[in-house]
Amino acid sequence: MSTVTVEKPTDDGPVRRVITTQRNASDKRFRRVVTAGALSTFLVLALIASFLFYRGFEIFKEFGFGFLTTSTWDSGSGDSLEGASYGVAAMLVGSIIVATMAMIMALPFVIGTSLFLEYYIGKKLRTALVAILDLMAAIPSIIYGLWGYLVLMPNAAGWAESINKYFGWIPIFKVDVENFDASPFISALVLGLMIIPIASSVTREVYSRAPQDQISAAYALGGSRWGALKAVVLPFGKSGLIGGMLLGLGRALGETVAVLLTLNLVFEVKFQVLASAGGNVASLIASRFGEAGPFEVKALMAAGLVLFLLTLVVNFGASIIVSRTSKVSQ
Amino acid sequence: MSNSVLPTTLHNVKPEKPWINRRQSLQEVARPVAIATAVATAIVLLTGLAGPLGFYVAFVLSFIVVSFVDGMRHDKVKAIDKVMTTLVTAGFASAFIPWASILLTVFKRGASAIYFGFFTNDMSITAADDELGMGGLSHALVGSLLILLMASLVAIPFGIITAVYITEIKGRFSGVVRVVVQSMSGVPSVVAGLFIYAIVVSRFSFSGLAGALALAILMLPTVARTSEEVLKLVPEDLRSSAYALGASQTATTFRIVLPTARSGLITASMLGLARVAGETAPLILTAYYTAIYSLKVTGQPLASLPMYIFQNFSTGTDTALTRAWGGAAVLLSFIFILFIFARIAGRGSRK
Repeated sequence: MSTVTVEKPTDDGPVRRVITTQRNASDKRFRRVVTAGALSTFLVLALIASFLFYRGFEIFKEFGFGFLTTSTWDSGSGDSLEGASYGVAAMLVGSIIVATMAMIMALPFVIGTSLFLEYYIGKKLRTALVAILDLMAAIPSIIYGLWGYLVLMPNAAGWAESINKYFGWIPIFKVDVENFDASPFISALVLGLMIIPIASSVTREVYSRAPQDQISAAYALGGSRWGALKAVVLPFGKSGLIGGMLLGLGRALGETVAVLLTLNLVFEVKFQVLASAGGNVASLIASRFGEAGPFEVKALMAAGLVLFLLTLVVNFGASIIVSRTSKVSQ
Repeated sequence: MSNSVLPTTLHNVKPEKPWINRRQSLQEVARPVAIATAVATAIVLLTGLAGPLGFYVAFVLSFIVVSFVDGMRHDKVKAIDKVMTTLVTAGFASAFIPWASILLTVFKRGASAIYFGFFTNDMSITAADDELGMGGLSHALVGSLLILLMASLVAIPFGIITAVYITEIKGRFSGVVRVVVQSMSGVPSVVAGLFIYAIVVSRFSFSGLAGALALAILMLPTVARTSEEVLKLVPEDLRSSAYALGASQTATTFRIVLPTARSGLITASMLGLARVAGETAPLILTAYYTAIYSLKVTGQPLASLPMYIFQNFSTGTDTALTRAWGGAAVLLSFIFILFIFARIAGRGSRK
């Protein structure tokens, strides 16, 4: 029954705060600074594209579309574009061949790893194994390259020889010269190994969001574990798998050192994946850079731009596919 | 009351729970393993498959057959389920064989290059072919640390600012910025190197600073995306409470949100560092390599661990390769330590 009396603020007490939806000056400044900082990432990306284009412009002007369709890489005298001829066709085709092969070889292991971690083991073991997988994703590409050249290649060349022996009648497994070292096949093995942890972390994430009620329903109908996975999880996670693999593809296309160490670069479009000759845009840049004259550097910039745009498209596609699945499931 | 009508035996009936995975008995596990091992041994002895790898392949193949036969004693569904379990497990386990091989070779072959002087000498008076007791990678270690430090000074603030923009400011461009960061994480490392070459190196010279800028481009998206995830975990209640107490958004961000997420932000930074510590391609184009110990980050090339490995690999002789493995062992340990720190810091944030 007692009434609460509120004392009126006296003049020397704290001033009553003005309640407003207006932001004060320091907030406005803060928001402006942060916005500018965030937009600078956009600026960096735009700068990369424009600088590469600007530096490579002369090359595009000189060779036009031929830069993408010819395969000769000849600096001529080196001090002018006179007599020089640049084309990335072989490198571009080689990049796509190696990356696609890597993806195909990694695919069963990505599916296996994702399903195993999500549906075949308990939570404790999963946490530990996922940590190990993250650690494997952090192994630098130069170490993959070193291992690929010194440890894998002596073995894998033998595998390539057997494939050639038994499946040589398939055109892509034919070889002209019996040398199986430093082939696209071996590079693809290394790249495939590199993209397994990247692709499976995305795929696992999507698989884990498969609707539990449908899985339980599959079990309730008498389905086995594989039955439930096949009926519910795999269809649900299809686009997550595609997104994850595309992300891996983007990584494989842009990978430089691991390929540089394990692939013999040859300036000729070739489809014989077991032979010791292949192409790769990223490795081209790293390998030619050291001895390149001013005009060849421009050609390398142009090649860099082509690579940049290619990976941008692939990664963009991947992120759209992945984000669409995460929206559906939420 | 009605219980008394039921036969007494029913009281002892325990409900079955067929949906719960029954723990397999030791015998159930051991029998197929034993049979598959025997078959695999026979295959290795009798056919062309040889060595540990050949045994593994033979083991997996025979295990598939054994699990199918084992399942068929029940029915076809069970058999297919068992085969798929074998395949999925093999798909997971097979990926670990090469990784185990990488770790083993790096540390086994690297160990013969490592001695005390490996960490205190540089290669200025030692040729790549000299005995392993001479020379070292102090120059590369210090160079790597300097480059990573400078890269962090650029990438960590910008990464966190980008994350703050997406989670706190929630401005008009949030979606665009997120997409840009996503695309940036896909920029090939060699392209980042080319870009810095075009705007910095071609005007001045190879330098550690240029290398750091190239690595910062690659580091930023990792830091930004991880930080964004971390900041999203900060409860909305905390922000509301701060606003209710009259705090400005600036104060809320700096005094409440960022301190709450501190350990997560440390994790984000560590992951970013681990991501770029082993990058080689951008350094070929920016920092290049020198055999001499130096703390100068401008005007001259600066050595780094990945470039040390790359140089020794290019030399290609036995001692040089051993040095490369030694460098790889040091680099890998460095990255693993960063990772473990990131894990420890991350664990703190979840409490």
